[in-house]
Amino acid sequence: MLLIHCPYCEEDRPELEFHGEGEAHIERPSNMAELSNEDFEKFFFIRENQKGIVFERWRHLHGCGRFFNAVRHSVSDKFIATYKAGEKKPKLKKAEIDRVAPPAKNTPANEPVWTVGKEDGDRS
Amino acid sequence: MVEAATRLYPLTGREFAGNGVNMRPLDGEHERISLRADDVAVAGLGAAIGLELPTKPGGVALADGLSALWLGPDEWLIMAEKGAGIEDKLNSVTTGLYSVVSINHRNMAILVYGANAVNALNGGCPRDLSLEAFPAGTCSRTIIGKAEVVLWRTDTHSFHVECWRSFSDYVWKFLVEAARCA
Amino acid sequence: MTTPKTNTGANRVAGKGRLSPSRTVSFTFDGKRLNAIEGDTLASALLANGIHLAGRSFKYHRPRGILAAGAEEPNALIEISRDNARRQPNVRATVQEVFDGMIAKSQNRFPSLEFDVGAVNDGLGRFFPAGFYYKTFMWPQKAWDKLYEPVIRNAAGLGEAPTEADPDHYANRYEHCEVLVIGGGPAGLAAALTAAQSGKRVMLVDENAEFGGSLLADAESTIDNQPASQWADAAYRTLSSLENVTLLNRTTAFGYYSQNMVTLVQRVTEHMARPDPDLPRERLWQVRAQQVILATGSIERHLVFPDNDRPGIMMASAAQVYLNRYGVIPGSNVAVYTACDSAWQAAFDLKEAGVNIPVIIDLREGVDAALLERATKLGIKVKTGHAVTGTSGRLRVRSIKIEPVNGTGAHEIAVDCLLMSGGWTPSVHLFSQSRGRVAFDEKTGAFLPDIYMDECESIGACNGTFDLGELLVEAQAAAVNAVASCGVKLRKPKAPKVENAPSMSGFHIGAAKGAGPDDFTKAFIDFQNDVTAKDIRLAVREGFHSIEHVKRYTTTGMATDQGKMSNMHGLAIAADTLGKSIPEVGLTTFRAPFTPVTFGALIGHARGELFDVTRRTPMHGWAEENGAVFEDVGNWKRAWYYPQTGEDMAAAVARECKTTREIAGIFDASTLGKIEVVGPDAVKFMNMMYTNPWDKLAVGRCRYGIMCREDGFIYDDGVVARLAEDRFHVTTTTGGAPRVLNMMEDYLQTEFPDWKVWLTSTSEQWAVIAVNGPKAREIIEPLVEGIDLANEAKPHMSVSHGKICGVETRLMRISFTGETGFEINVPADYGRSVWEAIWERGSKLGMCAYGTETMHVLRAEKGYIIVGQDTDGTVSPKDAGVAWAVGKKKTDFVGIKGMQRPDLIGPNRRELVGLKTLDPKVVLEEGAQIVDNPNHPVPMPMIGHVTSSYWSENLGHSIALALVENGHGRTGEKIFIPMPDETIAAEICSPIFFDPEGGRING
Repeated sequence: MLLIHCPYCEEDRPELEFHGEGEAHIERPSNMAELSNEDFEKFFFIRENQKGIVFERWRHLHGCGRFFNAVRHSVSDKFIATYKAGEKKPKLKKAEIDRVAPPAKNTPANEPVWTVGKEDGDRS
Repeated sequence: MVEAATRLYPLTGREFAGNGVNMRPLDGEHERISLRADDVAVAGLGAAIGLELPTKPGGVALADGLSALWLGPDEWLIMAEKGAGIEDKLNSVTTGLYSVVSINHRNMAILVYGANAVNALNGGCPRDLSLEAFPAGTCSRTIIGKAEVVLWRTDTHSFHVECWRSFSDYVWKFLVEAARCA
Repeated sequence: MTTPKTNTGANRVAGKGRLSPSRTVSFTFDGKRLNAIEGDTLASALLANGIHLAGRSFKYHRPRGILAAGAEEPNALIEISRDNARRQPNVRATVQEVFDGMIAKSQNRFPSLEFDVGAVNDGLGRFFPAGFYYKTFMWPQKAWDKLYEPVIRNAAGLGEAPTEADPDHYANRYEHCEVLVIGGGPAGLAAALTAAQSGKRVMLVDENAEFGGSLLADAESTIDNQPASQWADAAYRTLSSLENVTLLNRTTAFGYYSQNMVTLVQRVTEHMARPDPDLPRERLWQVRAQQVILATGSIERHLVFPDNDRPGIMMASAAQVYLNRYGVIPGSNVAVYTACDSAWQAAFDLKEAGVNIPVIIDLREGVDAALLERATKLGIKVKTGHAVTGTSGRLRVRSIKIEPVNGTGAHEIAVDCLLMSGGWTPSVHLFSQSRGRVAFDEKTGAFLPDIYMDECESIGACNGTFDLGELLVEAQAAAVNAVASCGVKLRKPKAPKVENAPSMSGFHIGAAKGAGPDDFTKAFIDFQNDVTAKDIRLAVREGFHSIEHVKRYTTTGMATDQGKMSNMHGLAIAADTLGKSIPEVGLTTFRAPFTPVTFGALIGHARGELFDVTRRTPMHGWAEENGAVFEDVGNWKRAWYYPQTGEDMAAAVARECKTTREIAGIFDASTLGKIEVVGPDAVKFMNMMYTNPWDKLAVGRCRYGIMCREDGFIYDDGVVARLAEDRFHVTTTTGGAPRVLNMMEDYLQTEFPDWKVWLTSTSEQWAVIAVNGPKAREIIEPLVEGIDLANEAKPHMSVSHGKICGVETRLMRISFTGETGFEINVPADYGRSVWEAIWERGSKLGMCAYGTETMHVLRAEKGYIIVGQDTDGTVSPKDAGVAWAVGKKKTDFVGIKGMQRPDLIGPNRRELVGLKTLDPKVVLEEGAQIVDNPNHPVPMPMIGHVTSSYWSENLGHSIALALVENGHGRTGEKIFIPMPDETIAAEICSPIFFDPEGGRING
């Protein structure tokens, strides 16, 4: 269970109080009725779904009820920051990203090693 | 002449005491208002009911027979003993914009108190309920098991648990079970 | 005072161990009554009684003994019960404490443990190679159902699950602390002692009954001039006296999740003979710790040599535990086979307790002189540079075969027990679960914590620090660091003085001499899944080169013990066969749970009526008293129908339908979602959320609204009443209430934060009593004050504020039946009382109460849709025939673009129509597929499906709603519904079956 900092309650709260609401910073076009099909597709269907740093929306549903945004690493699950809805995408420093990134792939690890020899191919 | 309707509370008659936990439903002719307001209206609304609306997260303001609980940055739960007429008082405010909605029957309160109350609540509430993290006089919307509640610590070992009417049976039974094996 | 002496086993050594011999309990093992001492584990009690044989192995059914003394035990899995319902299979005998009256039974044998017919598999071992299941049960396909699956299912699995419901209850606890110390051995105790000085909340958990870990079995070391176990006891006493410390024994930390959330399972009553029924059997702790200190210790590895699995062959450290904690010796003639110094101490301890030690065999040529000297002094023969290459004995080891590691010349010696040690594997399981990365340390032959990903620190043996003195200092330092992160500065504590700590150095990983490479030798690496050294080699030869594949193909490490003892051996043998180093091959992933956890513990309170929330309306009690049958709608219980004496469902619904249309019916609509939309921008907001235009809706009037998502598909619907210029009372579907409010809040907060409007859920503020039918007005009129109910004053789709039975009401004239209808909103706590008053009057006039089934029929007769039944998230307002509810002049609303997408306005949309079966008596099945040509060869093109279907008593024929391709233009056409036993013909018609002119609703 994640611990999420609510920017409105100014406190870390258990994930059970929250509801994930998908990718952040997708603004609803003000000219919705005139939107081209291509632009509508981009707005409504296309998502980054990135492995790595993601900007995402959460709602403190069973708390203050506010929607807000978070920057998180989708592999390590670690948050860099949370901020109020409407605030600009924060500019991230390299150190902030490094802090939440998982160790590099070929670190001796308990991660399954798929590339014992070249003959095993790669894991993609 | 039509016979006047009777008010029937959902948990009337229930009581629990054991393992250091006491519980009883808070029946009675209370008023409860869900107050939403913009920044401009806050001071006037507080003044209208004779207290200062808390603006810090989790804050609770008390006045004579009246309590105002901060639930969100523009949301308060106002509770009053019967006859306080707070709905009208709030609606008389002319500065700023706000919404006053009576939720008197939507909500239901259970009082949970005793030395082991925190452990019973932590059977289903994932929050840190230590006095450091959640001091007396703090409130918050949170969850107990699968139900949403407003939790208000009225004293070191006393809590006011506010939930929606149809969840009250579940919340009651959950807390009884949690208290038993806390 | 003298107490009669109970025999607690011939292998008890007087004066040894930590138990109080006078406190005896009795239990049965395979029906035989035995005595034990309170605090015994089942394993120590069995060994005390001379029993090594504890079970049969999984695949070969080989006799197996007690191997270890802790949670890692792979062999001694026992069924423990109190009664028929309280029966737990696969309990590790080394963990379960004996309680008075306990019934223990061995598993995986038939007819008895000593004689097991399944043991024939052992002789057939050559035919059970690695990947046996994959290779054997491949074809023919048909044999799967009839032959392979039943046979495999019968043979697979250990133990038998109870068939009765679990009568115990289980607790949950969320807990928070600053420092969580996992493992109560020397490192954990030292860390907790130091951390506790900070005054911060410290939790110390240990899976054993007693705190102290390895110290409890250490008869040699002293700490601060006290024997190690006494130091542990003192540390425990100190910690228990501190208010800021929570000590949890019999508690296993089994999962480590994001941001230091650690899950623990506490076995509360497992050791009690007659537990208080209020006590939970187990308690799940979900602990959020600011800092975690991992002091999880290490697990001793066995050695891989031929026939290393006979009962009587056990871990050297286990023998020390049984002797020094339980006062039990594992045999009288005990040899030791080791590659690690620590096993020598076991030999010394046993020798000093009077056990004959015929020989210590060490794989290593060079052994510490001090050990050799002490062995000589104790008169123990030593064979360094030697190996054990075979054993004999059917149900208990009888002899061992010894050979030089480099050379030949075997000789046999008689033993009744063999202790072994291949060194120690640090328990990095939880560290790994915290997503930390381990690195292989050549010096200790172990994977050790390397890169940390969470706020934790490993100390002691799990960190590769085996020296007692060093690890205590490491523990203190870790505790100082941990509390410093919580804002408390502690001075460096004084290092404890440690003397005589036995050495733990030396190790061997992989196959030892004699373990192959031939195909016959059974040198086990994984005891529980019967995986041998040759299985690993075979898997590699067959092309499985990734350790993850080798694991799954051979099943090594996949049993309930998750390879705690075997993983390193499997890895080393795979690496050896591949010609690679261990770190090149890598380690398989550790996942939660560390040891098996009961479902009960995970479920906690969520059983029975606490499984989920059951929501009841204020009128529920009345419905119950009046014989209603209920149906589940989301979490709600809703009155489904009200059968009278002798009525089945069909008869009750037919009566309710008829009565409501002919006289009147009363219906509980309280579960409808309600949202109060308040503020000067309320209209603007409603225009955005709903497809309908709202500007012209007058105060006091209602309108049916449709809500879409941006994709243009129907999301929800409901009647909206305008209470004031700036206030709307919005209703939603019962199931849709939370998601509609969430979507509204989403738009309001994130897209239109400047709009001055607020949303409040009032779903449960109002009980809703719907009264429908020609006599509806007559029934409620006398109860209502302040509202003129006359048709002109109160037309269809209007709302008024007034009183009913003396309490406030929002009284709406709306109808979901097509009859004159009123929806009476009253504050919820008054719901039942007002309902009863209306009933009192209405029933005299012939009114009935109706449930959701009748509600469904009546609305279907009128062609009113139910979102989620007649729509499925791919139906636009146009498809559903409610395009009239979409504001044509509006320039924006949610869904305005989506519903103009090419696919939504293109041809071949499935559109909502009515269906009349050609045989009026036939009621279609909801969900049935519709085709144009039933004679078309399979696969038949399907053109739609039935969404709603009922018998209409009022019309005297069946009715149905359906989504049919281009349905709106096909009225009068015949379509077919193929069913398993017949094909039903039906005609497409208008969805409005009853009163198409709509005269009744305005009556």
